[in-house]
Amino acid sequence: MDSAQFFAASRLVIVAGKGGVGKTTVSAALARAASLEGLSTLIVEVEGKSGLSAMYHHDAFAYDEVTLSEPADGRGEIRARTLTPDDALLDYLQGAGMSRISKRLVSSGALDMVSTAVPGIRDILVLGKVKSLERSDVADLIVLDAPAAGHAITFLQSASGLADAVRLGPINSQARDVLDLLGDPSRCQVILVTLPEETPVNELVDTAFQLEDRVGVSLGPVVVNGVYPELPGLDADPTAVAERDGISLRPGEAQSLSLAAEFRRERIALQTGQTERLGTALPLPQIHLPYVFEAEIGPPQLDLLAESLLREVRALDPAALGRPEATR
Amino acid sequence: MRPATPSPESPSANSADPASILIDLVTHSEIIICSGSGGVGKTTVAAVTAMEAARLGRRAVVVTIDPAKRLADALGLGEMGIGNQPRLIAGAWPGQLSAVMLDTKSTFDDLVNRYSADPEQAERILANRFYKNISGALSGTQEYMAMEKLYELRTSPDFDLVVVDTPPSRHALDFFEAPSRLTRFLDHRLYRVLTAPTRGVMKAVNVAAQTVVRTVSKVVGGEVFDDAIAFFQAFEGMEAGFKERAEQVLAALTSPETSFVLVASPRRDTVQEAQFFAEKLAEADLSVAALVINRMHPRFTDERPESLIARSDSLEASELGGLFRNLADFAMVAQREEDNLAGLAESVAPAPLARVPFLRSDVHDLEGMSLVADHLFGRAR
Repeated sequence: MDSAQFFAASRLVIVAGKGGVGKTTVSAALARAASLEGLSTLIVEVEGKSGLSAMYHHDAFAYDEVTLSEPADGRGEIRARTLTPDDALLDYLQGAGMSRISKRLVSSGALDMVSTAVPGIRDILVLGKVKSLERSDVADLIVLDAPAAGHAITFLQSASGLADAVRLGPINSQARDVLDLLGDPSRCQVILVTLPEETPVNELVDTAFQLEDRVGVSLGPVVVNGVYPELPGLDADPTAVAERDGISLRPGEAQSLSLAAEFRRERIALQTGQTERLGTALPLPQIHLPYVFEAEIGPPQLDLLAESLLREVRALDPAALGRPEATR
Repeated sequence: MRPATPSPESPSANSADPASILIDLVTHSEIIICSGSGGVGKTTVAAVTAMEAARLGRRAVVVTIDPAKRLADALGLGEMGIGNQPRLIAGAWPGQLSAVMLDTKSTFDDLVNRYSADPEQAERILANRFYKNISGALSGTQEYMAMEKLYELRTSPDFDLVVVDTPPSRHALDFFEAPSRLTRFLDHRLYRVLTAPTRGVMKAVNVAAQTVVRTVSKVVGGEVFDDAIAFFQAFEGMEAGFKERAEQVLAALTSPETSFVLVASPRRDTVQEAQFFAEKLAEADLSVAALVINRMHPRFTDERPESLIARSDSLEASELGGLFRNLADFAMVAQREEDNLAGLAESVAPAPLARVPFLRSDVHDLEGMSLVADHLFGRAR
């Protein structure tokens, strides 16, 4: 599929997955890929420290936006910010003409009290702010690095819960606006991230069905992160091929080469088994991102991942997307 | 809790290798708390630790929060066994191994039943809509109930050791602060205003607070407050019991019989998280008993990655080139993981750093758990 078409599908992309699967890496790679396509991107963090700032060797982000990558050579700019319920509430009250009381509401701990009385209110404040960003012309693409899996469901479910629990008033209308956003595939989609391993795959499948059933949000392709790239020669006997090619190996080298090859072969076989199982359990297209051996993720690695992502996107069948209903 | 049952000889305490320190820990602790960021294998380490205690003849129970399905099955907590009460797991060990899957809501209900003056009061609270909200969703409730469950099991005569894996918190220390959070919440002056809105003396002091309440009620609607008021009226008189319990839980957490085991993967972010957690524990005058680094990539060679890459490049896309590239890949990962761990050992010293290798398959049965145990407790070849 055309990569421009892929990014034009919805302005908001919510990246979700279990802790440790590389949700933040994928968020950053998506932003990078969009940037390579000339789009401006805003990455929104909601959990304080997601490691994104470290990837860019940047101090922790704040409520105010920071620019991670300037627009240059046809690349769109990448900005980032965090959203906290307290700040979102302040924004919201100020927008609603209640700025005088807003500071005290936060400082007195009233927000804690209210969020206890009405669970989900913190989430709806954040999502409400995301919605207003999506509605404004803040960026071509907004990537929301969602809370870790279990919490992602309650996070996204907060809107329907609140629309029921609070029948009137601004929270109700906020919740309904967020429901509209989540339910509209032309405005918002969720990209789920997993590793090609048993437990993360199981959890991803669960999360996908729960998101469809309980939130009704459209699911984009699934990103399988950390896939070992294939290499030539993994099946070959190092001693034999070295002899054949007239290369001399150092003592012990043949054994190291063959043990390492065996390890990779086994992991690749396991990974393939898991991605196939995922494909059977969840009929969504998959984007595979390579495991990065070289270094911890930084800007150069993000560029590589972004390029892989774009290659995978171009290989997607457009007909396979836009069918949010997964069949069981 | 009764004193620890006699157990097989533990290795001499002065040998500093991680395995013997861990065995010592499993032999003598009454509570072991496993913490770390999400996805590092906390639940596995917790289950393996409890299993080891059973092997050493102790009666251990592991409290898990949200076990992966197949591990839950392995622990007898699958479809059939979901439960808030300990279930005995069959195994060939001299001690006992039980497992509990924490059910936040029923743990909270138990607490209400325990501290209510009469069944009617308990019923009024349990039926209240506001209570249903907070018991399921109050931030920190899960953490608090995990600690509550831990305390309940620790005071039970049936167990010598309770191992708990902490909920995947947004902030590593949430669970630690959880017991005091609920009592702080119950103490909040805004609630005093809610429950005693017309008390004359308080009126003047609370004008400001009442303004806040009015605003909030404008935003979220009045019914929420009606529920809240009903809850606090029903709750009247129970605060003391709850508070006392929270203090006992906290005391148990900070007693010398409680050990903290940090679990991390060798990735930079989870190592940093572990380091942060260790610092926070130190600030609270607590210390890390051991640090488990889970899923370390194997080291296949001592050659430098750069020279392996150079050899791979010189061989181009041949089979041997691929084999060298592969060896270089794993050499780079091993190098990077060691770099990430550098400094960590010093910052948690004298706690040992125990390494568990990336196994060939995921751990989801007792056999897999045994394999992890062999690495943790020094039986691996």
